Amino acid sequence: MRARPSSRWIVPLVLVGIGLFLVIGSLDSALFAQQTVSGLANGGIYASLAVALVLIYRATEVINFAQGAIATFTTYIAWQLIDWGLSYWPAFVATLAIAFVVGFVLELVAIRPVERRGNQLTVVIAAIGLLILVEGAIGWIWGNNIKFMPAPFPSHIYNVGGVAFSRQDLGTIAISIASVLVLWLFFQFTKVGLAMRAAAVRPDAARLVGVRVSWMLSLGWGLAAVLGAVAGMMAAASPSVLLQPSMMDGILIYAFAAAVLGGLESAAGAVVGALLIGVTLNLLASYVSWVTPQLLLPAAFVIMLVVLLVKPSGLFGHARVRKV
Amino acid sequence: MGVLLALSGVDARYGPVQALRGVSLTVDEGEIVALLGANGAGKTTTLRAVSGTVRRSGTLELAGRPLGRRGPEATARLGVAHVPEGRGTFSELTVWENLRLGAYIRRGSTKDDFARVARYFPWLEERRAQQAGTLSGGEQQMLALARAVMQRPRLLLLDEPSLGLAPLVVAEIFRIVRELNEREGTAVLLVEQNARTSLETASRAYVLEVGAVAFSGTSEELAREDTIRRSYLGY
Repeated sequence: MRARPSSRWIVPLVLVGIGLFLVIGSLDSALFAQQTVSGLANGGIYASLAVALVLIYRATEVINFAQGAIATFTTYIAWQLIDWGLSYWPAFVATLAIAFVVGFVLELVAIRPVERRGNQLTVVIAAIGLLILVEGAIGWIWGNNIKFMPAPFPSHIYNVGGVAFSRQDLGTIAISIASVLVLWLFFQFTKVGLAMRAAAVRPDAARLVGVRVSWMLSLGWGLAAVLGAVAGMMAAASPSVLLQPSMMDGILIYAFAAAVLGGLESAAGAVVGALLIGVTLNLLASYVSWVTPQLLLPAAFVIMLVVLLVKPSGLFGHARVRKV
Repeated sequence: MGVLLALSGVDARYGPVQALRGVSLTVDEGEIVALLGANGAGKTTTLRAVSGTVRRSGTLELAGRPLGRRGPEATARLGVAHVPEGRGTFSELTVWENLRLGAYIRRGSTKDDFARVARYFPWLEERRAQQAGTLSGGEQQMLALARAVMQRPRLLLLDEPSLGLAPLVVAEIFRIVRELNEREGTAVLLVEQNARTSLETASRAYVLEVGAVAFSGTSEELAREDTIRRSYLGY
């Protein structure tokens, strides 16, 4: 189904409107500007994880519920490397490499055998099993006590026109956006990236040109785990999140809501959705007196429900006619 | 010239339905061979048996190497390009990306290949950034063919290239297939509804009937036999 030409402009117009609202608000009030930026930082974390969800959803039409747990697992690996004496950034890079291997191997041993003989539901159940398994493994290896992850950015505050921006927030935004951007470049300009896209949209035709589709899925899981590791390490550095086995459970819900808002098939949509949710929830929490932190997770669910009811294809998705 | 493709006693099935029963055929190097027969006779399945996109048994060899248990990815690497019915282009990707995918299994520079493809399909050059799904049916069929050319195949499997296309476009597609065959020596196994066009293009043909080879011969022989022509080729 093709959208009517007039409705094509609604989504961009709404987004520009929201952008203007945020800019004008920020110019008007220092508190508003600070809350917007720290909302964007949260959104950046959700964005990395949301894009990881989209990556796997596009290839297999399955939501990987274990994505958050895998991210937590790799964050513990980063913590362990730092604990062993590595400094932050070498540990960060090493963790990304390890995360790739972890994701790749998990697909190979836990998902591929189930996928071969089952349908999407079987894979979803396997992913939920993986979530429980991975969180259990974290507790078994590192214990359930809270660990303290050193912050990558010194607690420096930039002062721009009376508004205080924390370096932590700005760094988180920069790293999340950069990681998504690098991934986009990989998909757009490399041969393997192109093959992965082909395998996702038309697996049968991809096989005919020689693409080994099942390896592309493992590769996708590897890359998704790398994005998850970025999200996990950024989250653990944030003062409001504690490094414990369930660290990413809540963030996974926000990321899921962001991916649904963006249309589930669109990485750009997931990023925009994640930033919107990050900012919206942060502004709600600071300006609406009765919105306590306990209400934020339900709020994400409400956003998800409204999207599914009003525009199931999300902001950036295309409505699809599915043959049954 | 040597035998490029040899099928002997090939069976294939879709679940409980047996689609091929002991099909044997050969395609020589640089030869165009047509598969004829009614709908459901097993023409498409024969191509799918070669490219490994259907479960099959029997002996299948490409240049003496068994295709046996190879899947479509591995068969493509041996030099088989399959253009399936319904085009098989990646409609979500651009023209340029479709062509790049054609060269996926090739190593080294593909610059020459783009130039080569542009010689057969000059219009592709200026449409390279266009999404393949927005091309017309004929253009999509040509893009699918162009992608197969990028693969530098030894054997081209072509399934109903004329399906739903205007006569002029069909003529153009067959002209390119013949040119490809003459210039590059690409062997072609062709499935085509239009028996007359098929016989004009191919040097030999096999007529399939309920999953088995009923007749075979050179195109002239088949076109001359009135009984075959009337009952199987329908003209």
